[in-house]
Amino acid sequence: MCLSVPAKILSIKDDMAEVSVNGVRLEVSLQLVDKAKPGDYVLVHTGYALQILSDEDVTLANKFMEHESPNST
Amino acid sequence: MTKMLTTQTYRDKKKIGEILEMIRKRSSKKIRLMEVCGGHTMAIHKFGIPGLLPKNVILKSGPGCPVCVSDQKFIDRAIAIARKEDVILTTFGDLIRVPGSTSSLEKERAKGCDIRIVYSSLDALKIARQNPEKRVVFLGIGFETTAPTSAATILKASKSKIDNFCLLSAHKIMPPAMEALAFDGIRIDGFIGPGHVSTITGSGIYQILADNHGIGCVISGFEPVDILQSILMLINQKEQGEPKVEIEYSRAVKPKGNEKAQRIMEEVFYLSDDCWRGFGDIPMSGLKIRKKYARWDAEKVLHVTVEKTRYKKGCICGEVLKGKKSPTECRLFKSACTPATPIGACMVSSEGACHAHYLYGNGKLL
Repeated sequence: MCLSVPAKILSIKDDMAEVSVNGVRLEVSLQLVDKAKPGDYVLVHTGYALQILSDEDVTLANKFMEHESPNST
Repeated sequence: MTKMLTTQTYRDKKKIGEILEMIRKRSSKKIRLMEVCGGHTMAIHKFGIPGLLPKNVILKSGPGCPVCVSDQKFIDRAIAIARKEDVILTTFGDLIRVPGSTSSLEKERAKGCDIRIVYSSLDALKIARQNPEKRVVFLGIGFETTAPTSAATILKASKSKIDNFCLLSAHKIMPPAMEALAFDGIRIDGFIGPGHVSTITGSGIYQILADNHGIGCVISGFEPVDILQSILMLINQKEQGEPKVEIEYSRAVKPKGNEKAQRIMEEVFYLSDDCWRGFGDIPMSGLKIRKKYARWDAEKVLHVTVEKTRYKKGCICGEVLKGKKSPTECRLFKSACTPATPIGACMVSSEGACHAHYLYGNGKLL
């Protein structure tokens, strides 16, 4: 239910961002996070970025994308 | 290269073997651990973790699946709302198959009610914008991970003046349910703490469990190394007699969580008593919409008569959600109740304990 996947921000318009999840493009809201910028990785849950992942977390993001690992609550 | 390294880090058999060896060495006492996150339930069974642990380490599933803990009264109310002529009901997918007292949203849709599955509350808002003559209701279920997204969508509806959107909130917060288990006398030595709930809340919310009930909590990631590492940390706490709150999933969870998301949640919701399947009413465990946003509160703007709640005979979902019974102790399990013909919510949801047991057995795959 709390499925959350890391995604890379491609572009931002107002409070919405176009992100890439394993090559799939999605539109997500940035309302819940501060100061996100293109190139950042964010943890995405039901159409919202929950958190900006720090640089070291990006390797984690890659791992998720490789395995399409389930993540939840 | 990076991918190889991280894969090795979190799914590496050698690393898993090392942690298991440490678990065997350090664990002398019987220890009962509970996960309170549907994602953990699935990961634990998918990776066959119960079968890897020594016999004195017992894993139980708790009330971590939002679909499962949503009470039948909520499903019945949703059905009553869906039956109204001018309503489009929007919901996350799993909820549609959960049996209510006499029907389900799936059955109501087959009869012609306009019920649509959405991926996000923002999709529901979009449907509202496209259908100004209809009332678009979104079923808000989920814990602290999901509640801020519903809150943000209400703020967006308010800002964009979309008044035909509303939320039926069954959002809940985790700690009171975890505490209710302790009050109920259920023996738990430690919680495998929910990873993405904690991304929002931070780690402080579990302190009360350690301080008042002597139950430690380790916030865990979702890979086998994460889960085993968390189990080892909880075993260390037990052996040392020092229950405390720790973060294993530090790559995604900061001690203070996401404070902006917390503020948005606080702006829109207030805490109220709420009914959980299997538990009944738990004080101050539910999130209701503040008066200021009553225009987007389905309970305020839509008046429906809800049928009398009738619980399914023989279904022990309530006991399963409290960790009192295992799915295999249910006489309906795998006979009358299967993922294709679910009787209880724990079999409907892909994160339910019954569903996990049905798919993966009791973790004896590895």
